[in-house]
Amino acid sequence: MGSAAVAILVAMFAFCFLGPLVYHTDQVHVFFKFANLSPGAGHPLGTDADGDDELGRVMVGGQASLEVGIAAGLLAAFLGSLWGAASGYFGGVTDAVMMRIVDAGIAIPTIVVLLLIVTIYRPTEPVLVLVIAATSWLSTARLVRAEALALRTREYVQMVRVMGGASPRAVLRHIAPNALGTIAVNVSFQIGNAILILATLSYLGLGVQFPAVDWGNMIFSAVQTISSGYWWQIVSPGVAIMLVVVAFTMLGDALRDGLKSKSRGR
Amino acid sequence: MTAFLARRMLQAIAVVILVTLIVFTLLELAPGPDRAAVVGTAAHSQFLVQYLSWLGQVLHGNLGVVSAGGESVAALLATSLPRTLILVGFSTLIALAVAIPAGIFQAARPSSVTGHGLRVLTYVFYSMPAFVLGSVLILFLGVGARWFGAEGPQYAGLGQVITDWRDLTLPVLTLALGTIAIFARYMRSAAADSLDEEYVEAARARGADERRVLLRHVLRNSLVPVVTLLGLSIPQILGGALVVESLFNFPGVGFQIWQAAQNHNVPVILGFTLVFGVGAAIGSLLADIAYALLDPRVRYARA
Repeated sequence: MGSAAVAILVAMFAFCFLGPLVYHTDQVHVFFKFANLSPGAGHPLGTDADGDDELGRVMVGGQASLEVGIAAGLLAAFLGSLWGAASGYFGGVTDAVMMRIVDAGIAIPTIVVLLLIVTIYRPTEPVLVLVIAATSWLSTARLVRAEALALRTREYVQMVRVMGGASPRAVLRHIAPNALGTIAVNVSFQIGNAILILATLSYLGLGVQFPAVDWGNMIFSAVQTISSGYWWQIVSPGVAIMLVVVAFTMLGDALRDGLKSKSRGR
Repeated sequence: MTAFLARRMLQAIAVVILVTLIVFTLLELAPGPDRAAVVGTAAHSQFLVQYLSWLGQVLHGNLGVVSAGGESVAALLATSLPRTLILVGFSTLIALAVAIPAGIFQAARPSSVTGHGLRVLTYVFYSMPAFVLGSVLILFLGVGARWFGAEGPQYAGLGQVITDWRDLTLPVLTLALGTIAIFARYMRSAAADSLDEEYVEAARARGADERRVLLRHVLRNSLVPVVTLLGLSIPQILGGALVVESLFNFPGVGFQIWQAAQNHNVPVILGFTLVFGVGAAIGSLLADIAYALLDPRVRYARA
């Protein structure tokens, strides 16, 4: 399962970043003559409402989706790991306060907070990375905290305390690295999730802004003319999103199963 | 039990207060006029004073007005919330009915053809955003085959909304399929864990057949966490409802939030966010209490 996931990811990266080098298309100009052509010779996946080639557009659109998704997923996992490791290590009142903040954050649907923030700030790629990470780190924090609670009673962490080591050092040098397995699994899920969130925001018209292109806003444009039945304009980017998210989810599952059997073997 | 309840209630109160604080801090990011629309005359005082006066208003049911001199946010909520509850209620029931058997089957027969098939389907629906799934359904079953309407029910009366199955089917189906995938993934791992437990081994050793093991032991023990799952999934399901409502033009809470985001109507987004957040916090509290009632181990272990 893990190798299938890696194969899909390598293929999709090559498709999005190397594809345009081989398959040249003009995604800037508008060609009304060629608008909404169904798949056929010259345009294997048809064209969109601006007459741009759909296959080339899925390649280019994937670049923004993958870049923002991976950056936001990594950032979210990093922030969540620090928060969770600190919360679990300190325990007591600090832990209770830190975890109630996480509970409150999780209670509010992510997409609603995101809508509010991008209503106020103009969504550029860096802003999107920051806000997606700022709303997704909570689940990682919960997981890593549970791991840290188990680790803090271990001898080598106790030793740091006895030897008078500073707390931040114990968290960074001993708790976080030993929770790395859990974190690695989570990174994979976080990236898949961030790609879904970005696509959803763009679909709602509040993510990547025209003339920039990503898979979500391709579907946003296509839905405007959904009653005309131009299925290829929805199915092509839709399949691309699904393949990438399936791959990251499968990779996370495979890593988790591997981790489980390793700890059982011990 | 009393100690557990008291502790859990205190936690929930803290979470609800934090939700209001987070929502109010988000308001601080908003431009001046939008902020004034929500906090009124307190706009020029200190953060804490503003927060308390806003909280006082909210506790009196005043969530602000949609636009100057227009409908109140609370009134808009009262007309849109029942629609969202209809959509979410139907799809959650369908999701539970399908996901529980599907998850247990996957755990019990992981390498059978059906098991593999269910696993692939779960991955596909788990990874397919609601707006892709919904537009594909509209394309082929709505616009193409014309079996169902491409838009959600637009009636003013709730009775008409519920009975308009032609228009209600696609939105409910879209939300249900996504929720099935979330629940089935959870059920599979819960059932796989209980298959590893000693009571399963004991039942098998006593000569219980596989059917009895699955129904009497695995199903029963994996049903308890479903309560928690339901409580924890509320924010995710409501987020899904927002996308589905905007795609199908179905005027529920999510649709109104989306409209408000496009019109930069901060009071509406903020009021609705608050209601969602507090609702989810209460839902998670109720789920925990139900869990403790169903499973005595929980209340003794945690209290």
